[in-house]
Amino acid sequence: MTEDTHDETLKQETLERILRESREIRGVSLWQDAWNRLKRNRTAMISLVCLLLLGLLAFLTPLLPLQSPIDKDLNNRRFLAPNLDTVVMGSRPGLKFEGGTLTGELEKFRASIAELEAERLSTEDPERRQELQQTIDARINVEHPFNQMWNELGPLSWWMCQLRVRLFGDYAIPSLFGTDKLGRDLLARVFWGARVSLIVGIVATLVSLIIGVSYGAIAGYFGGTVDSVMMRIVDMLYSIPFIFVVIFLVTFLGEDSVKARLDAMGIDQITIFYIVIGAIYWLTMSRVVRGQVLSLRTEQFIEAARTVGASPARIVFRHLVPNVLGVVIVYLTLTIPSVMLFEAFLSFLGLGVAPPDVSWGLLLNDGVEALSIIDVYWWVVVFPGGSLAATLFALNFLGDGIRDALDPRMKNRD
Amino acid sequence: MRDLLSYLFKRFIWMILTLLAVYTVSFVLMRAVPGNPFSGERNVPPAIERQLKARYNLDAPPIQQYFDYLGGIVTDFDLGWCMGLEDYSVNQVLAEGFPVSATLAIFALVFAIILGVTAGVISAVYRRSPADVALMAAAVLGIAIPNFVLASLAILLFVFTIQIFPAGGWGTLQQIALPAFCLGLPVAAYIARLSRAGMLETLSKDHVRTAFAKGLPKRTVILRHVLPGAMLPVVSYLGPAVARVLTGSLVLEKIFALPGLGSHFINAATQRDYTLAMGMVLTYTVLLFVMNTLVDISYAIIDPRVKLQ
Repeated sequence: MTEDTHDETLKQETLERILRESREIRGVSLWQDAWNRLKRNRTAMISLVCLLLLGLLAFLTPLLPLQSPIDKDLNNRRFLAPNLDTVVMGSRPGLKFEGGTLTGELEKFRASIAELEAERLSTEDPERRQELQQTIDARINVEHPFNQMWNELGPLSWWMCQLRVRLFGDYAIPSLFGTDKLGRDLLARVFWGARVSLIVGIVATLVSLIIGVSYGAIAGYFGGTVDSVMMRIVDMLYSIPFIFVVIFLVTFLGEDSVKARLDAMGIDQITIFYIVIGAIYWLTMSRVVRGQVLSLRTEQFIEAARTVGASPARIVFRHLVPNVLGVVIVYLTLTIPSVMLFEAFLSFLGLGVAPPDVSWGLLLNDGVEALSIIDVYWWVVVFPGGSLAATLFALNFLGDGIRDALDPRMKNRD
Repeated sequence: MRDLLSYLFKRFIWMILTLLAVYTVSFVLMRAVPGNPFSGERNVPPAIERQLKARYNLDAPPIQQYFDYLGGIVTDFDLGWCMGLEDYSVNQVLAEGFPVSATLAIFALVFAIILGVTAGVISAVYRRSPADVALMAAAVLGIAIPNFVLASLAILLFVFTIQIFPAGGWGTLQQIALPAFCLGLPVAAYIARLSRAGMLETLSKDHVRTAFAKGLPKRTVILRHVLPGAMLPVVSYLGPAVARVLTGSLVLEKIFALPGLGSHFINAATQRDYTLAMGMVLTYTVLLFVMNTLVDISYAIIDPRVKLQ
């Protein structure tokens, strides 16, 4: 009898122990597992950190004590080699800034605006008030020192520029990257160019990702007529020389009357640019995804999902898409660079981002124009080209790392 | 064989449909841009402008123009007279430029495939070795540097510093080599990456393990069992590669001053040379379509699971 109870408690204990252990074991999801493996890949992690840093710096560019990216100095600063000479914001004589500094001019400008404001508040006549208000707005738009140092700042960038002046005063980083043919500081231009180039790359790629993956997965999963019709459409689009369409669109959108109409609707020319590029690059993505899905849809786990009654949408987006994500990510790391290069290509043809906006492509084009056998202005090519190449390098290594990390067959390999 | 013929026939029908769609879209786009080819910087007297418009059938209503021009193309391949280049018909421009562009593109593609596949195979077989790292770094560099920068640097290096290649001109192999190299290099870099990925994928397959297990030499396994499977992504990239080479030749023909189609390409669009632009779009569409069809056929040859439909 006692033996039995003893046995019973022993069993009880074993059971409890197993239960306890099973609670301690945590399921490792595919993504967690991949993340753990990615963390061990040093090149990929360095690339990731570099890219995050680059993104952060590009976002914070207005806040950094950089020189003006658009202020030209044709007399004294053309093609200066990289140097460490101190630079004071707004010291170029041609700017005619009060006291030769940005802060001095800002002070003066603020005072004159304050004067007008005071006058506006003291007048009784509403018409005169209105008039004064308009004068103030117009002066801020045209004469504000910021508008001479930077090009079309958005509200957030404007605020960041103000903060920068408050933090750093007139200090500016020396021309570490030298200056270009119009005497503009290359370091500042590379930073401001990074903003445009990165946004073009990311937004256009996201557009292509969304279209390409859904299109390819749907075509691959349903197969049959749906597939052949959808893929014939892709074939048809493949055979269209899109570069021509883009050139047409760019000349069309560049026309003054069209531009004015778009501005009235609040659409940027660059915004359309992103969407057009994105809408071109989805074709390859959809083909690749469709190919993968075609080979996956006869696998047993899809069969199993169908047997338990999962809807087609669920099978496509929960079971198929995660399985092709590895290929998709590898393709993404190829798409972002090619979009950024496409932007550079358009800049070369004079159809890309229009000055005074800057992008890496535009900088490179300027640099190539300045290349000659007689005067070696190497910095105008090396720094923008180096930034572009380094970014694309990092993207590639990260992509490779992610692919290896996501591939379950690579588990326990190294 | 009957499969192939019916496939080609179907593709031909699709090509006609595509051309019609491209024609319509281009026509609408071109006419949607404000202004016309004769509203340039120089103002033409109204009487002469009227004459010019009548000469090029621009005074007809748009619908009429659409069908007139389409009729000309369908009945006797007549793409009309250039509006920008004097005394040139579009057919003449195409006939002069096409051989140049085609030669350049073929050289670039062959070079890209040979270099890319070799690099990809080597770096996959010797994975994680210094050779792999170096080749893939070179490939990334090839992808990361824009065509025009590469071409400018190459001119600086090979034409002026080390004088191996002539600065310009067209006709001899030596004159073709440098532009073809610059045009092919980015594509080679892509192909190298794709074939490396494909090789790695196939190397981990069971049939390769079996081949190794039954004692086949490494060379045979790689060339006979791994390479064909690994080439699938490369073959499917060839279609886009052609498009890429054609696009890239715009830049290179401009830099090397080659008398190809590409140099007319941009001018036609920006100066609204309607007829020349239309001719270019249609030519490139036919080219791409033919190349894509060839790629699909070779895909079906390599992978027996794929059926031509």
